[in-house]
Amino acid sequence: MVSSSTDKILLSADGVPLKKSLNRSLRQQKIRALLLISPLLIFIIVAFIMPIISMLSRSVENDLVSQTLPETVQALQSWDALSGQLPEESVYAAFAIDIKNAAKAKVHTKVGLRLNYEKSGIASLFKKTARKAKKWDIETDGPFKEKLIDVHDGWSSIEVWQTIKTHSPAYTSGYFLNAVDMRKTAQGAEFQPDDKTILIKLFKRTFVMSLVITFSCILLGYPVAWLLANLPMRQANFLMILVLLPFWTSLLVRTSAWKVMLQQQGVINDVLVQLSLVADDARLIMINNETGTIVAMTHILLPFMILPMYSVMQTIPPSYLRAAKSLGATNWTAFWRVYFPQSVPGIGAGSILVFILAIGYYITPEIVGGTKGVFISNRIAYHILKSLNWGLAAALGTILLVAVLVLYWTYDKIVGIDNVKLGG
Amino acid sequence: MNFTKTILTTASAALISGAAFAGSHMSMEMTIVSWGGAYSNSQLKAYHEPYSANTGVTILNDDSSSTAVAQLRAMNEAKNITWDVVDVEAAPAMQLCDEGLAIEIDPDTMLAPAPDGTPASEDFGDMLVSECFIPQIVYSTTFGYRTDLVGDTAPSSVCDVFNTAAYPGKRSLFSVPINTMEWALLCDGVAKADIYDTLETEAGQDRALAKLDTIKDDVIWVSSGSDTPQLLADGEVIMGATYNGRLFSLIEEQKQPVAMIWDGQVMDLDGWIIPAGLSAERQARALDYIMFATDTQRLADQAKYISYGPARASSAPLVGKHADLGIDMAPHMPTAPENLSRAFLMNYDFWADYRDDLDAKFQAWLAK
Repeated sequence: MVSSSTDKILLSADGVPLKKSLNRSLRQQKIRALLLISPLLIFIIVAFIMPIISMLSRSVENDLVSQTLPETVQALQSWDALSGQLPEESVYAAFAIDIKNAAKAKVHTKVGLRLNYEKSGIASLFKKTARKAKKWDIETDGPFKEKLIDVHDGWSSIEVWQTIKTHSPAYTSGYFLNAVDMRKTAQGAEFQPDDKTILIKLFKRTFVMSLVITFSCILLGYPVAWLLANLPMRQANFLMILVLLPFWTSLLVRTSAWKVMLQQQGVINDVLVQLSLVADDARLIMINNETGTIVAMTHILLPFMILPMYSVMQTIPPSYLRAAKSLGATNWTAFWRVYFPQSVPGIGAGSILVFILAIGYYITPEIVGGTKGVFISNRIAYHILKSLNWGLAAALGTILLVAVLVLYWTYDKIVGIDNVKLGG
Repeated sequence: MNFTKTILTTASAALISGAAFAGSHMSMEMTIVSWGGAYSNSQLKAYHEPYSANTGVTILNDDSSSTAVAQLRAMNEAKNITWDVVDVEAAPAMQLCDEGLAIEIDPDTMLAPAPDGTPASEDFGDMLVSECFIPQIVYSTTFGYRTDLVGDTAPSSVCDVFNTAAYPGKRSLFSVPINTMEWALLCDGVAKADIYDTLETEAGQDRALAKLDTIKDDVIWVSSGSDTPQLLADGEVIMGATYNGRLFSLIEEQKQPVAMIWDGQVMDLDGWIIPAGLSAERQARALDYIMFATDTQRLADQAKYISYGPARASSAPLVGKHADLGIDMAPHMPTAPENLSRAFLMNYDFWADYRDDLDAKFQAWLAK
């Protein structure tokens, strides 16, 4: 019995069961394939995915306060932020220890700056206090309540202590609240005063203008793509070079060229004035506003719309149109009922590309957008590079990323991502 | 498998030998960060070229000064400082110093004394605003105007910027609250001494924005120092704010019909810092460079190429003629007594506290 069952198992030439041997060689193949792509995989993980994750995690991380002021954060736990009373001497004493240590380690301005995002004035309050506190002897120099208030009357402000307490947990929702024009206070989340709300407006503007840019690209790009797909080879190639030409020119040069074209003393206005279409003292304002951004970005993103459309249109056999016409359809009906539906996947692919590129655009709005045509990414750049509020920048970036993913998902639900074609 | 192994070994061997090669040559090469353009060029001519000629050190330029604080912070987090000497303005220098991202420099032992033996601390005097900062130049943010587009009476006061009745036309301003809000209050009748006290209050901030409301439709808001000279040259604006060196080059080098207003201009400093966390070799090189590049003659030399005032008192008498144009540079310096008389001094501490808050307010106002 035993020998007959082993007879049934197929053996390879070296006597190992075939199944096992096959599995082994498959596994080896997989490992080899993995090794082949591993440089790219490691590169993407190290240079792309990990930085993004670490940047995004900054939008909730807030351990700076509790790390720099550990004693104070501990002592403040027993203080009721809404009591309307200043904290006890023990809190002041704890703060004196913390600020002295922080000043020695030169981390006091960093935490001061962090809290200054929440309440203006804390940066210099910490700076001035630290300068004095460096010389204090914690054992003998107490009590510290009067001493601190003496150094700076900011220490007699309940608001300052509320700010420290509110922003002491190691993880915070504060940055996300800031990103939607709200703020975290001792009383809970509340809206920013009207004269400081800007981010929601910028998010809305970014989305609306990106949609406008996408639609302008469709309108301008569709006829060009159609020509590319239907002209004889020679002309089509020439046209293709014209479409690709912008790709070979620096982005900054193209954007600056629009400045020369659109400004009030620029080419277009000069021509209009010369043709007496516009009075010399009423030259059109077409730059440093929304118009400038829409025009320049439509031009820059147009190839991203034309190329997917073209590659889809190329696959539509011209005989379909001829067939439609021979069956009695007018030119319009033939186009609208037969040709257009087949080109929709190209429009979809182009729109996704253009829209996603547009909402993250930074340099073109910065140059031609003035104050009314800038996007949320310009604000992100400001917080990364200038105000150094990386937490807020990360929160804004996360919201933008999530918004794009949601849109992509909706698009998939409505149109179906399988219907999007980049070619063939 | 063997194949992959070989590749990996070769690659790592190449990496290691590359690092060793760089290590042994480190101190003969340094990266200096500055602003680019005409300013970097003036430093190249006045400091880098003579220093390289003397020592054989290769100097690499990086035009990243406008984002220096953010980048130094990131480098510090990554524990990999790639810059040796960085050119920054006074306010970021103070911030870098407070955060421990720049090393402290003792002017009397680490900087050259004046030719007559005056120690550097006295020679620089009040310009030493931070322990880590060695000032190079004094610059001003001021207004230039088109002489052919402003009518018969040329503007002479910073408040003419707010006078759209006498000077109709567009003007350009930086789209940041710094300087802009001070000018607005100054021209709304607040005394120079009270400006920052006023700006600390909500009412004062609203007052500044209300004043700016009166010219909002006539302003082109710009973000970089090169914008205003371009707008002036194109005739897009009749007057605009930028750095005095940019205006000098527009007027004297490019011969545009532009003139400058020396009134209410905001004075600021620009200078060197050395990042903390450099290897001993590199730090020694950076200190050696600083000692050379901030001596009396070198600071005076820089003024041959760009119209910014040297930060040392002893350099002022040595300021000569422009290297190419041959015109006297002394009257074009922001530190020249007749230019200095109506200047305005920026309060660094105020802006360290209020920049984020006022910027949010200012941007919200701009977007309205």
